[in-house]
Amino acid sequence: MSASAVVFYILSALILVSALLAVTSGKIFRSAIWLLFSLTGIAGLYFWLQMEFVAAVQIVVYVGGIVVLIIFSIFLTQQSGKDLPAPLRGRALFSILAAIAGFVLTAALLRGYAFPAAGHLAGAEAADNASIGNIGAQLLSTKEHGYVLPFEVISILLLAAMIGCIVIAMKTKPETK
Amino acid sequence: MNQVPLTHILIVSTALFFIGMYGLFTRRNLITMLMSIELILNSVNINFIAFNRYLYPQRLEGVFFTLFIIAIAAAEAAVAIAIIINLYRNFHSIDVETADEMKF
Repeated sequence: MSASAVVFYILSALILVSALLAVTSGKIFRSAIWLLFSLTGIAGLYFWLQMEFVAAVQIVVYVGGIVVLIIFSIFLTQQSGKDLPAPLRGRALFSILAAIAGFVLTAALLRGYAFPAAGHLAGAEAADNASIGNIGAQLLSTKEHGYVLPFEVISILLLAAMIGCIVIAMKTKPETK
Repeated sequence: MNQVPLTHILIVSTALFFIGMYGLFTRRNLITMLMSIELILNSVNINFIAFNRYLYPQRLEGVFFTLFIIAIAAAEAAVAIAIIINLYRNFHSIDVETADEMKF
């Protein structure tokens, strides 16, 4: 087994173990920190796949943005030292059964499916193709295979989400109560 | 990278998806449910990147889908946390079982 494969299996173990702890941990703050480890491991997986730009976006948006937002809301909404209620026994049992059944079914299908051979480009050329320059040029291109329309739509979506957050979280004025 | 077959990466992302699904089923706290949704979205992103890298390395579509999913996940997390804080203000709890009425 080569060093690259060893790195992959270590990263996968980090991702899966910390994700499992994030959904089973009894304290909500620890759960958020395990989620942080899992998302960082996923960024490492993107680095391992030589997608440096996506890895950087993953770290900036997820680790730097969403997890910090989640931790803020934990501090705003509850006592972080308090234990979460344990899941109901029957519900936990059936959830485990459903998750394992789904995983086994999907893994069996993946095992049996014959994926076509990898593309023609060697690793170095492929890394060059996924460079930030190429990504930016195609993202803002108005020609065929250009992504400028989805880019503009997503910017409208972000604006709408920002205004929506302000409207939802705004305190009602005292005189209207 | 080429020593690891594509199937192993897909199995990792499948496991991550079902871990997130388990969390979504068992948790009753809104913030931890949101964390499970983030795990599920990340497993989808791993799939897109792995398919792009292994099957179509000369193209960039998987990167764009991943970037758009990350942007939508950020917007969704922001709106969800605004709703959670509003809910906390009204019910003084973010347990899904206590939020049983829609309008005052």
